[in-house]
Amino acid sequence: MFEVKISIMLKKTVADPQGLTVKHALDSLGYKDVDNVRIGKLITMLLKADKKDAAEKQLDKMCRKLLANPIIEDYSFDIKEV
Amino acid sequence: MKFGVVVFPGSNCDRDCFYVIQDVLKQPVEFIWHKQSQLNGFDCIVIPGGFSYGDYLRCGAIARFSPVMKPVIDFAYEGGLVLGICNGFQVLLESGLLPGAMLRNRDLNFICKYVYIRIENNMTSFTNLYKKGDILKIPIAHYEGNYYIDENDLKTLEENKQVVFRYCSREGDIKPEANPNGALGNIAGIANKEGNVLGMMPHPERCSENELGSGDGFLVFKSIVSWLERK
Repeated sequence: MFEVKISIMLKKTVADPQGLTVKHALDSLGYKDVDNVRIGKLITMLLKADKKDAAEKQLDKMCRKLLANPIIEDYSFDIKEV
Repeated sequence: MKFGVVVFPGSNCDRDCFYVIQDVLKQPVEFIWHKQSQLNGFDCIVIPGGFSYGDYLRCGAIARFSPVMKPVIDFAYEGGLVLGICNGFQVLLESGLLPGAMLRNRDLNFICKYVYIRIENNMTSFTNLYKKGDILKIPIAHYEGNYYIDENDLKTLEENKQVVFRYCSREGDIKPEANPNGALGNIAGIANKEGNVLGMMPHPERCSENELGSGDGFLVFKSIVSWLERK
C-alpha cells in the first residue's frame, strides 16, 4: 500500500489571481519578502500496488486522464510505502 | 428532426433548453440521462448549463467521463451537431471535442448579468441565420468562463475562423472593458474546425423570447433547424 500526495498547480504561464491577492495580503501584513505566491490543489489517497514504479505509472495516468488538465495545470506527486 | 438535451446530476439549464426547443422552436426533443450509453436518432445534442457533479475537481471534468459522453463524442466525430452551453461548453473542452480550457474569472467573481457578444463567424450550423457582426444582448452566469488556450493553438483557432462569438461593447467594439471574465481575445464561444460542435458561455436559451428581455439568442436554435433542413 502506498500513501500518495498529488499536487496540482496552474502552469507558470497561467496567471493565478488568487495567489496574487494572497501575496498582496501577506505584503500588507508586513511580509515584504514574499513573491510568486501560487495556490493549487492537494489530493491525497491510498493506492494498492505491488511495486513503487507500478504505482507511479498508474498515478501518472490518473493525473493525465482526470486529476489535472494538462492545458492549464502541472502535476507532481509524492509517494510513500505504508 | 430530433433534439436531445443531456442531463447530468447538477445540470440546471436542461429544462430551459428543453422548453425553448419544444415550445418556442416547436421541434421534437427528449431528455437524455447521463447514464445512457447509446444515442438513437438524434440530429442535435445539447449539453446544457449547470453544475454537473457540483463542479468538483474542475468544471466538466467528471461529467466528461459519464457513460453518455462516449456516444456523444462518437456522434460529434461522425459530424452530428453538438451544442454546449456554459457548463456544457466546459464539458466539451474537458472531453477534447473543443480546444482550450477554462480558468476562473479574472476577478474571481461569479458573474450573472446581460452582456453583449458579436457574431464573428456566421457560417456555422449554429449561427447561419445571423449576419457577421450582429450584436446580441445575452446573459452569462458563470465563475469559470475565462477562456484560455496557448499561443500557437490560439493562432490556429483564429486562422480557422473557429472563434464564433466575442464579448463586445453595446456598439460592437471588442475591447478589454467589454470583457467580463478575462477570456483570451474576448472569446465567448468557439466551434471545432469542422463546425459541427459549438461551445459558448452565454445562455441563448435564456434569451429566446422578447418577453424575457431579449430574444437575441433564439437564432442559435433556429440556425440549427435551418442547417439540418438544408442538409
